[in-house]
Amino acid sequence: MTGWILRAEGLTKGFTLHLQGGTRIPVLRDAALTVEPGECVALSGPSGAGKSTLMRLLQGNYGADAGSILLRRPDGGVSDLATAPPREVNALRRDTIGHVSQFLRVIPRVPALEVVAAPLIARGMAREEALDRARALLRRLNLPDRLHGLPPATFSGGEQQRVNLARGFIAPFPLMLLDEPTASLDAANREVVIALIGEAKARGAGLVGIFHDLDVRDRVAHRVVEVAPLREAA
Amino acid sequence: MSDDPILSARGLSLSFGAVRALDGVSLDLWPGEVLAIVGESGSGKSTLLRVMAGEARPDAGAVTYRDTLGASMEVHGMGEPALRRLARTEWGFVRQDAREGLRMGVSAGGNVGERLMATGARHYGSIREEAARWLERVEISPSRIDDRPGTFSGGMRQRLQIARTLVTRPRLVFMDEPTGGLDVSVQARLLDLIRGLVSDLGIAVALVTHDIAAARLLAHRLVVMREGRIVEEGLTDRVLDDPRHPYTQLLVSSVLAA
Amino acid sequence: MSTPMPESGYNFAYLDEGTKRMIRRALLKAVAVPGHQVPFGSREMPLPYGWGTGGIQVTAAVIGPEDTLKVIDQGADDTTNAVSIRRFFARVAPGLRTTERTAEATVIQTRHRIPETPLSEGQVMVYQVPQPEPLYKLEPRRAETRRLHALADYGLMQVKLYEDIARQGRVGSSYDHPVMVGGRYLMAPSPIPAFDNPKMHMSPALQLFGAGRERRLYAVPPYTEVRSLDFEDHPFEPLRANGHCALCGARDTYLDEMITDDRGGRLFVCSDTDHCATRREEKAA
Repeated sequence: MTGWILRAEGLTKGFTLHLQGGTRIPVLRDAALTVEPGECVALSGPSGAGKSTLMRLLQGNYGADAGSILLRRPDGGVSDLATAPPREVNALRRDTIGHVSQFLRVIPRVPALEVVAAPLIARGMAREEALDRARALLRRLNLPDRLHGLPPATFSGGEQQRVNLARGFIAPFPLMLLDEPTASLDAANREVVIALIGEAKARGAGLVGIFHDLDVRDRVAHRVVEVAPLREAA
Repeated sequence: MSDDPILSARGLSLSFGAVRALDGVSLDLWPGEVLAIVGESGSGKSTLLRVMAGEARPDAGAVTYRDTLGASMEVHGMGEPALRRLARTEWGFVRQDAREGLRMGVSAGGNVGERLMATGARHYGSIREEAARWLERVEISPSRIDDRPGTFSGGMRQRLQIARTLVTRPRLVFMDEPTGGLDVSVQARLLDLIRGLVSDLGIAVALVTHDIAAARLLAHRLVVMREGRIVEEGLTDRVLDDPRHPYTQLLVSSVLAA
Repeated sequence: MSTPMPESGYNFAYLDEGTKRMIRRALLKAVAVPGHQVPFGSREMPLPYGWGTGGIQVTAAVIGPEDTLKVIDQGADDTTNAVSIRRFFARVAPGLRTTERTAEATVIQTRHRIPETPLSEGQVMVYQVPQPEPLYKLEPRRAETRRLHALADYGLMQVKLYEDIARQGRVGSSYDHPVMVGGRYLMAPSPIPAFDNPKMHMSPALQLFGAGRERRLYAVPPYTEVRSLDFEDHPFEPLRANGHCALCGARDTYLDEMITDDRGGRLFVCSDTDHCATRREEKAA
């Protein structure tokens, strides 16, 4: 068997707000998720149910209180993101986990083209080749050439979103995390994203996404996993 | 990515009278990694930096540096000649006050060229060319090469200090509040410059800052200090987005949209 | 010992034997570590600081009644400073011969010049040094300059040369131009013109340096490498005035400029009076 790309089990996550008298907010308890190669899994559930928290756990942005997040790396080895030391998490983000959020964290003064090419350069690709590929992908996402050399800080929401998508899809990550990838896109660009997701699946990547656009969700997702609010589930 | 840290601190303690500036601090820094040390004034972060760089001696504990050849050496036991040699070859130090990090009576070109000359460069033309290249790289017009830093703005002085430090391509650079005391717009430019240079050159950086946004932009890892101790450490975005310790939560919540 | 006692009641060559031993010990150390500044207990001398008290103590410590002493100031044997030092030794060192001839001298005390006549084995040069520390203007802290010497950390000196070239197009020091001795110590050659620096390199003579006020001695043993600091593409140049001596016609000696009238008239003459006189005698013969 080819085996999973992602296997998360027993994931528990809550927050203790020390500034508010130590209030404890439980969000996930004993959550599990497995993603096979070529599979796209959509997370659903009401707002505040923990979809975003789960996505952040899978990206390593939040630390799990309990449980494991096993990832199969491109070299065939397995890492547990839940317990990996920071340097290993950074390595996983470079080689294993691709991520498209709805918010681009803008780095001052860095042009869009460089933002998109960065993951390739980080993997050791020659700069010129990386920039060429970045240019091609931005064109495919219909971002005009005149914007490629500008920092995205001044871009519209849709333009920023396309830079973000290009940065996420530029490298062949085994696992792709998509947080509202088609928000603020027009119909034509939505189709491009659907095609990109299809290509990622075809090369054997596993994808986990939150899709508010149910039409898009139904076209790309193999299955839908419900994330239930903890209070109701408990 | 190497598996051995370039610098390791173990059990560092240092008191100034009744004040425990460092209280059992241990940390590792790996080659090519940017580690931010954050905390409020008096948390011990600058003292920690000076102890790591061999500029202050701890009451207890050890700092180990692993050199280019992989040999381990005890920073506080190697003796002054070896430490000074390191400080002008494999290490660098960028100070908050550029006047401490620069020679104010020497031209910009001489400031950048000093480390080259200290490591044996004896061709005036090449030294000058390299200095001009570095001025350009830190966005100072090469036409200012013969001007003294006294005629430069605060941001330019700091960029000059960075050029002066990085010109010999050190493996490890200590930075103490490099953006402190600068206007916000000037800070952003400087941070971006540091970010680019550090990643291009693959330098390990120990960065002391109270600027959370700077830490987020530059650092792979973050250490939060309070009263001479490390209260929280980890991946930069995880510590800032999912802080566990009450003090870290306070620190993060005090920052506007970091 | 057949050393004749001076009639005046002074010890031979003024200094008591204990002081001489102390200075000789310091000199031995200085010779053993070429270019390294050795502290010594400088004594009060019967002339003010700045008049060569360091050089006189060194001379007094090494000279014997069988020696022949030459004293020059700016190359000349007949200036006030040279004459008074020569007279001083004639008074306190009975038996000592004095000369103006470089070739005849066994000990040559000098301020600001090295004779044009090449030195030979067995000769001792004694330099009067106002400031022994070559890094003095760059790093005023004495403890720090000592540390820089100990670590051979001389980048700072090179920075100064860099600044000279950047500002003036050439290395700026026309005298007291710093040298590296034996590839190890940075040394002030005393305020001799840069023109004289090459004469120090591999000299057959023993070269001793005394700074009275600063209480430092240093030395360059015979046949020691002495390199003037420079850059590969701005090599050290031993500068001299572009002219010839009005008296002997020499074109290869260090020249002093003389103003001859108040209408801008001027001429050059050899700074080394003995060398110039010898050349004129040879011509006349």
